[in-house]
This record gives sequence, C-alpha cells and structure tokens, in this order.
Amino acid sequence: MKSLFSVLAALLLSACSGAALRGTGDLGIVIERATGSVAVVDTSARAILGRVEGLGDLSHASAVYSRDGRHAYVFGRDGGLTKVDLLERKIARRIIQAGNSIGGAISQDGRLVAAQNYQPGGVKVFDAGTLELLADIPAAYGDGKQFSKVVGLADVPGSKFVFALFEAGEIWVADLSQPRTPQVTKFRNIGSQPYDGLVTPDGRHYIAGLFGEDGLALVDLWKPEQGARKILANYGKGAEKLPVFKMPHLRGWAVAGARAYLPAIGRQEVLVVDTTTWQEVGRIPVKGQPVFVMARPDGRQIWVNFAFPDYGQVQVIDTLEQKVVQTLAPGKAVLHMEFTPRGEAVWISARDDNRIVVFDTASFARLAELPAQSPSGIFFTSRAARIGF
Amino acid sequence: MNAKPIALLSCLLLAMAAWAADPPPDRQRELVRMVRQDCGSCHGLTLKGGLGPPLLPETLRDKPAESLRYTVLLGRPGTPMPPWNAFMNEAEADWIVRQLMLGFPEETR
Repeated sequence: MKSLFSVLAALLLSACSGAALRGTGDLGIVIERATGSVAVVDTSARAILGRVEGLGDLSHASAVYSRDGRHAYVFGRDGGLTKVDLLERKIARRIIQAGNSIGGAISQDGRLVAAQNYQPGGVKVFDAGTLELLADIPAAYGDGKQFSKVVGLADVPGSKFVFALFEAGEIWVADLSQPRTPQVTKFRNIGSQPYDGLVTPDGRHYIAGLFGEDGLALVDLWKPEQGARKILANYGKGAEKLPVFKMPHLRGWAVAGARAYLPAIGRQEVLVVDTTTWQEVGRIPVKGQPVFVMARPDGRQIWVNFAFPDYGQVQVIDTLEQKVVQTLAPGKAVLHMEFTPRGEAVWISARDDNRIVVFDTASFARLAELPAQSPSGIFFTSRAARIGF
Repeated sequence: MNAKPIALLSCLLLAMAAWAADPPPDRQRELVRMVRQDCGSCHGLTLKGGLGPPLLPETLRDKPAESLRYTVLLGRPGTPMPPWNAFMNEAEADWIVRQLMLGFPEETR
C-alpha cells in the first residue's frame, strides 16, 4: 500500500515537473534571422528541440553563454539583448540596450555581459543575472564629440574586454574588475578601419583585422606596455584587391597548434602565421574570399566559408598538409559553421536553402539535415567554457 | 508628315522605358532578396544601417538618384562599399534605388 502510494506520488511529481532532468552540454541555438527566432538544438540527437520567438531583428546576431550553459545571451542588430533559457525554451529577460548592435561577450567569471554597439558607438556592460546596466563606455575619439562603431569585442582574463574602433583606428582594453567604474587603456593609431578582432585561446594576444590597409594589428595583453604592432603588413604586395562583398569574421579561434589561420581581405587566400614570431609562414589559396576561418577543436582541420557570390561552398584545410583537402557544397548561402564540443561533427547553416547540414569531420559524410528558417549563426553551449567565445 | 509613326515611336519608347524601369517579377524577387540579405550584411536586414549607413527613404531623400545608382554599381572607393555591377545592370540598379527611396519591399516567401 505504502509502495503504491509512493509510485503514485512519483508519477504525479514527474507529471508536474514536465520535462525530464537533463544537462545542457550538448545543446545550442541556431539564429533564424528572417523570423526573429532561435531554434534550440540537441547535437547528440541531431534534432531541433523547439523554438524561442520574439527576439527582434536578428540579422548579424550572435550569442554567448552563461557559464552553466543554461542561458544564451543573444545580441540582435536592433540593439536587443535577450537572455534565452535553453531548458525551458523561453525568454528569461530581454532589453533594448542600443539602436544598432553587432555582438557581445561574457566575462571570465560569467558575471558581466558586454554588448558592442554601432549606434550609439560604444560598449555597454550588464549584470549577467538581471541585465541591469552597470557601465557605459562611449567610443569617443578625435575631439571627443564623435563616436566610433565598435567591432571585435572579446573577453579576456581578469574581467577585461578588448575591442576595436572602426572609424578611430584604436584598440581599447576595458578593465571591469570594478564594474561600475571601468578603467580603459587605449592603443591609438593601430591601423586603418579595424573590422573585427579575435583573442588567442590563451587569452594573451588580441588581433584586429584591418579593412583600410593590408595587415592586422596585434596587442600582447601580457605585455601591454609594448603597445600595438602591425603584423602581415603589405600581404597584398600592391596587388589590387578584389571587391569585398562581405566582411570576414575573426571571432572564434582560428588558432591551431602554433599557427593562426586568418582571412585575407579582398583576396581568395587564407594567411598562415606563426604565433611565436607572428611572421607569415604561408598562404593557402581557396575558392573565394574567406568569411569564417575556423579551427576544429583539435586543430587538425581548418574549415573556411566564403563571401557572396562564392558562398555555396565550404573548404577544409588539413593543417599537416597545409592545403585544401576537401570541398563541400552544403547549400545556398552558407553563413556559419559550428563544431560540436570535441569536433567530431560540424553544423553548417545554408540560409537560402532553409536548412542546417551536419557533417562528420573525419569522413565528410552528411549526417543530418534539419529545417530552419533562413538560418545564420550557430552557437553551441561549449562556448561557455572558452576564452574569446 | 503623318503623326501616326511618331505616336507609334513614342509608344515604343515609352514601352522600352517601362521595360528598362521595371525588371521582370522573378528578377525583382531576386533583387529584393539580394538587397535584404547581401546588402543587409552591412546595411542591416531592415536597412537601418550597420557597418554601412542606413538605406531608408529619409536618409536617402536628399541624395541624387544618379549618384546612388553609381554608388551601387561602382562602389565607393575608400569605404567598404563594393561595386555590384557584376551582378546587375544599370536599369536594375535604378530600380533598386527607386525602391529604396520609396521604402524597400519586404521579401515575399
């Protein structure tokens, strides 16, 4: 009798609590830019678990994760910052924090979420729990009356965020160990029109790609007193560059072993740099102008997608052979790629075919195809544990 | 001189102008998608601006249509704006500029 009662009680409890307990380590989101929604995906089941709607204008949206991997912070173009609960598949909190935004980052300790904005140009920092505004860092430059668009925001150890100023040609390091009183270190004259940035996996080097000139700007964050320096200067060697129909993205590691793989602006090449000397050690011809150049988590492969009009293809570089070993055609308008946490599979969004294609990274076999509305960015919870993601 | 051929000629010219002015519906759909999605990667899907400036009627109002046509076709040196003349002709660029100045159509699904 007693056992029957406890069985009944257990049944009732499980009915009330709804979904079974589960972790989030194999979950992620896919941005559906046309409909302002995100699809919550399970990379073990290779399935879409559900959708969360009402996130506004998600063109060029990106996301970072709380350190428990439960919440995604989604940064929308319209300045919306939405905290999405992956388990309950609903919006936990949402604010409009700017007029025109481009992305964000989360601090090493997971307590601060920073958004980089075009309009008004600057960085805003929020409490990760409540989304309360803690600090506003306007990107004023020159006479102090103009504000630059902010690009390439990345988290680095010690409650710091690094970012670049597109019009100003500056790199700033903001220390938010006292969140309401940020201390900003500015590196000036770093080069013309930085368009994006990345931090190396160890959090030591920040690299900003330059649109206005050949080369990239590098800051050694362990030795900030050395200032910024130019690397790969004149990689175009006076050759006329091709029109750029989409800005490359540097965000996310493209560092594999002791080498960094970087997109060349206006060229159909991936540049290879030795990360101990920061000298160019090679360049790899590819089918189009690279947009994302991403290392598989183990560093054995680099996956590259391309700008319009070559964006129907993806190429894979083998880092031992230093050449392209595979060309895939996942669909029309490939916008993004994301590796599963240990890299046995990669998820690729094909916007104009309204689908996500999953490939095995060893055999290049197609493992799955999932329907999605104009999918763009794909973000898995494994980002929660990585610097610069 | 008979007026008829002239009337006919002007009809023909008008028809040609109209043809030049409006790409066929399928092509219009492609152009709308290209502007929303590919131009949108810099100017925003809603064209309210991003790395590139907004392309809304109120921001374009004071700009001559002809200079906008050449910005689209030839790009703007010194800025990230690339030339799009490999992907559209002058009439199509003009059509895009007219639509932008009126308020750009949404994509039809």
